[in-house]
Formats: sequence, structure tokens, C-alpha cells
Amino acid sequence: MNQVLVLVEQLSGQITRASTELLTMARRFGTPIAFIVGDDVSAQVSQYGAAKVFRGVAPEYDLHPVAPWVDALAALVTQLSPEAVLIASSAKGKEIAGRLAIRVGSGVITDAVDISEGFVATQSIFGGSTVVHSKVTEGIPIITLAPNALEPTASPVEPSVEDLVVSFGEITTAARVTGREQATKGGRPDLGEASIVVSGGRGTNGDFAAVEGLADALGAAVGASRAAVDAGWYPYTHQVGQTGKSVSPQLYIACGISGAIQHRAGMQTSKTIVAVNKDPDAPIFEIADFGVVGDLFAVLPQATTAINARKA
Amino acid sequence: MKQAPDSVAQKNLKESDSTLDRASVDAVLNDLDEYAIEAALQFSEAQTSEIPNRITLLSMGPERATEAIRKGFSMGADDAIHVVDSALAGSDALATSLVLATVIADREVDFVLCGTESTDARMAVIPAMLAERLGWPQLTFAGEIEVDATARIVRIKRMTDDGVESMESPMPCVISVVEQINEPRYPSFKNIMAAKKKPVETLSLTDLGIASDQVGSAGSRTTVVDFAVLPPRAAGVKVTDDGTGGDQLVAFLAAKKLV
Ligand SMILES: Cc1cc2nc3c(=O)[nH]c(=O)nc-3n(C[C@H](O)[C@H](O)[C@H](O)COP(=O)(O)OP(=O)(O)OC[C@H]3O[C@@H](n4cnc5c(N)ncnc54)[C@H](O)[C@@H]3O)c2cc1C
Ligand SMILES: Nc1ncnc2c1ncn2[C@@H]1O[C@H](COP(=O)(O)O)[C@@H](O)[C@H]1O
Repeated sequence: MNQVLVLVEQLSGQITRASTELLTMARRFGTPIAFIVGDDVSAQVSQYGAAKVFRGVAPEYDLHPVAPWVDALAALVTQLSPEAVLIASSAKGKEIAGRLAIRVGSGVITDAVDISEGFVATQSIFGGSTVVHSKVTEGIPIITLAPNALEPTASPVEPSVEDLVVSFGEITTAARVTGREQATKGGRPDLGEASIVVSGGRGTNGDFAAVEGLADALGAAVGASRAAVDAGWYPYTHQVGQTGKSVSPQLYIACGISGAIQHRAGMQTSKTIVAVNKDPDAPIFEIADFGVVGDLFAVLPQATTAINARKA
Repeated sequence: MKQAPDSVAQKNLKESDSTLDRASVDAVLNDLDEYAIEAALQFSEAQTSEIPNRITLLSMGPERATEAIRKGFSMGADDAIHVVDSALAGSDALATSLVLATVIADREVDFVLCGTESTDARMAVIPAMLAERLGWPQLTFAGEIEVDATARIVRIKRMTDDGVESMESPMPCVISVVEQINEPRYPSFKNIMAAKKKPVETLSLTDLGIASDQVGSAGSRTTVVDFAVLPPRAAGVKVTDDGTGGDQLVAFLAAKKLV
């Protein structure tokens, strides 16, 4: 049996969309074996074909970011000798992947937008201008998969869960969390995983109501340019771009954003791009499939009304 | 710190070996590493102890990386180590982290400060990999740093995807900083002048005792199968709002079945 080890993440009892994508991807190559931490979400995981679920329950996972996951996955790699290890391309996922690669002597590829036969990973680089196919040449391939790489599909199997006991090293527990402030999420979808993102920039002048209104009509996540984040108008967790999140939704709507290269680096691989900007020469129009030259405070509310009317 | 192609420059891969064509673009100090240098300077300036701090820049990269090192000097760093060797070309993150960790492990270091990611590789994994190789705790994605030099403890605010975590760790440790942490200074005239005289120690793989087949294209555990340059994303339809811009936008979305 070909086994593919998948790191499954959950948010308060719900496995993330990225995790369902990883499990769906893993099935291309064999049977997914999942590693989860915290609540027993094995019933959800097995909906996506994981024949076996290992569950980490130790308090260390909560107190020490990254290193405990590396210890656990390294133990599983030794125990199972899987064909590959798949991890989500989040900041933490990439750190885990990088350290695991050193630990088990493997090559690592991050930010894959697809994986094909022989674990050949497709990456989109230089702001989407170049597509690279690469593969791991030594050890078990460790690959992190970018969000929205594929449409997750269910393939239910009987759940089977086992607690994984790991002895953590001294170094694993040396850096510890002493407090946590959760960013307020509201009811909107997660930015990294959303299929539609509506973003606001300096052009909102600090008033995100029109952006949020359109986002809610579309069931979208809200993003922001760095200018908007630096001005304190929107939390940094919503920043899209080179130093913010990279998003690749079906639809990206940029409102009052000029389209600086650092912003484009985080959204250029979106399937469809729409821009609303009052400057006809704004660079964002160069990559927009549809652009409206106009005032976002007029265009967005009209669009929101029209979308809500269609739904009625 | 790394010398990287100017982040606004057009970048291409070379046909010959599928590595970044570095010759065709201006190379500068990786934008994000300026924040790490600034954090080091601010820490150093806040110290009151008798023992002076040394801020050493460490860079692995081609000959030209000296330009980025000069930039770091002109901000105020004291000295530098430059690992340069023709066998290093094409190194992946595993090889790069091996070289950097070998240099660091050999010295007396209280903590290592990195940027979050390099604007060219964009993997954002080197700091975590350094921690793994050195066997040091990692404090990554720091938006704030507080160093208790007497107790030898570092505290940071870790900026995560869903909030902020307060963390602490004993020294030595590996820290990476996010851009919210500070505003990198402009070099002063005095420091620009002094930069020319600051010492750079140049190390080869032989000096480090690393075999050349452990690094570069030979030692990398990943390989590029092929690559393709996509035609630039063509600009689509652009309409000027005549009072129906919002409706036209929705009509476009409807035609694409996005609403
Ligand atoms: C190292 C580094 C990293 C960076 N990382 C990022 C990053 O991750 N993400 C990011 O976004 N940026 C990043 N930047 C910053 C980037 O270079 C730009 O400064 C930033 O993206 C600009 O934000 P903006 O488009 O909102 O603002 P501006 O460039 O000021 O554009 C505002 C736009 O709004 C339009 N506008 C104004 N009023 C209206 C209105 N009423 N209706 C419609 N349109 C209007 C204007 O015509 C203008 O085009 C980075 C920069 C550096 C140096
Ligand atoms: N060749 C290098 N020399 C020195 N530091 C580096 C090098 N490559 C990466 N780094 C450091 O690691 C950070 C993350 O880089 P990366 O993992 O390549 O995105 C950078 O911001 C630098 O601080």
C-alpha cells in the first residue's frame, strides 16, 4: 500500500479547507495517512479517504510552535516510510516542512500549486510570470501545497484513530508561548483559503464599509494592501502581498489599490482579477480581467446592491 | 542577510541551468533583511553594559554580495563574514542552511537575527532550518523583540496567521523579524564613510570544512525538471464609470459565473 503522510490542521474542531485539499491530493498517489493535533476530528478526516489517523494530544503542541510537529512527523516518517509528506503552505507549515527535511534527510519543495506523477511539483514564481516543475531527488519528498491548488472531493473510509506518543527533546520545548491574542475573525471566510477575496487599499481612505459590504454580498474574505495595514485601517493578518499572505482565489477584487509589484506578488495567480480604481493609469489595470475606472464609493455599493438583487 | 535581486526588477530563470539569472538584475540587500539589521542596531544601542556588542553580518552569496554587506555596514553593523565559493551556485535551502549554520556554530553568538524571507527565494524557511541545524530554539516572525541580557532570555511577539503569540526562549536562539517591527534607518554620512574600512572575513567551503558535493547544484536535494515563462497576463476589459460601473462589474461576474 502506498502511503502519503498528510499534516491535517483544524480550527476549533473543523478541519481546514487546505487540509481537505491535501488529503484529496494525497489520494492521487496512494492512501492518505493523517496526523492531527488536538480535538479528535478523525471522522472528518476519514471523509477524505484517510485510512489511518494519528493524533497528537500532548500539551507541548499548544506551548511550543513548530518543533513538536517536527518531532511527531519525523517519528511517523520513520515508522511508516511514506511515499511523501504533504503539508499546507502556511507560514508554520513551511517551517515544519523545512525542519523535517533536515531531520529526515529529504529535499523540500514549498508553495506547490500542483503535484503530478512522480511527485513533480508545479510552482508559480516571480509573481506568476514563470511556471517551474521541480522534484525532490533525495529522501522522501516533503512538499507544501499552496491554498486553492485543487477542488477537494470526499472519498469516505472507516475512521481509525490512534494516539501518537512522542518524546519531545529539550530543544523542542526551549522556546515557549506565554500568551496568545487571537485576531478577531468575524463571520468571514479565511483569507488564505477563500475562493473570493475583496481587498481595499489607500483609496478607501480608512473606510472599509464599501469593501466589506461587497465582500459579504459575495461571501468573500477581506484583504488589504500594506498601505491600508500600515495606516492602521485593517489588521496585518489581512495584508495581501509579498510580506503578507499569498492568495490564489477564483476571484480577486482590488479596490483603491494601485497594484505595486509587492502587492501583485501576493495575488497575481488569482484566476480572475477585477480592479476598481479612479486612476485610469493605475498599474493594477495591467493585470485585471475587468477594470472599472471610477470612485469605489460609488461603484462598490452599486455592485453590492446588484448582487443582492440577483440573490433575491 | 542576503544579497537579492532588486524586488521591483523583472526576474528570469536561465535556460542553461534553471537558476535565477542574477547577472541581468540589480542586486541589493534583501529588503527584509534591513529590518533584521535595524533590530540588531536598536538592541545594541539600548544596551548599558560595559561589554560592547558586536553586530556581525553573515552572508552567503557571490562576489557581488559585498555590495549588500556595504549597505549593512553603512547602517551601522560592525563587521561581516562572507561565504563565497563557486561551488555554492544553485544551492537549495538545505545547502544554504548547512553553510550558514556551520559558520554560526563555530562562533560565540548570543542570537541570530534573520529577515522573514528573501525576496527571490521566498521560501521563508532558512531561519527555522538554522534553528534545526544549530539545535537552538526558534523565535520566528517577531513583530517585537525584548532582550533580557542579564537573564539571557529573549521575548518576542510572534505574528501568526491568526493573531499574536507572546513567546520567550533562552539564548542562544534564532530570531526572524517581520517588517512591522521597525523602520530601517537611512545610512548616515559618517557610517557610509566608515563602511569602507570595516572588516569582511571571506570564507570558502574549504575553510568551513564542507565538501563541495554537499552544496550547490550537486548537493541540492531538489532539482528543476523544466520551466516555462508564461505570456504576461493580458489586460482585459476596462470601462469608465458612467454611473453604471457597479452594474457592469456584476454583469462581468455573472458572465463568468462568479455570482
Ligand atoms: C519590502 C516591501 C514589502 C512590501 N510588501 C507589501 C505587501 O505585502 N503588500 C502590499 O500591498 N504592499 C507591500 N509593499 C508596499 C507597496 O510597495 C505599495 O506601497 C502598497 O501596495 C501601496 O498600497 P495601495 O495600493 O493601497 O496604495 P497606493 O499605491 O497609494 O494606491 C492607492 C490607489 O487608490 C486609488 N484611489 C484613491 N481614491 C480612490 C477612490 N475613491 N476610488 C477608487 N480608487 C481610489 C488611487 O488611484 C491609487 O491607485 C511592500 C513594500 C516593500 C518595500
Ligand atoms: N544566502 C544567504 N545568506 C545569508 N542569509 C540568508 C541567505 N539566504 C537566506 N538568508 C536569511 O534567511 C531569511 C529567509 O530567507 P528564505 O528562507 O530564503 O526566504 C532571509 O531574510 C535572510 O535573513
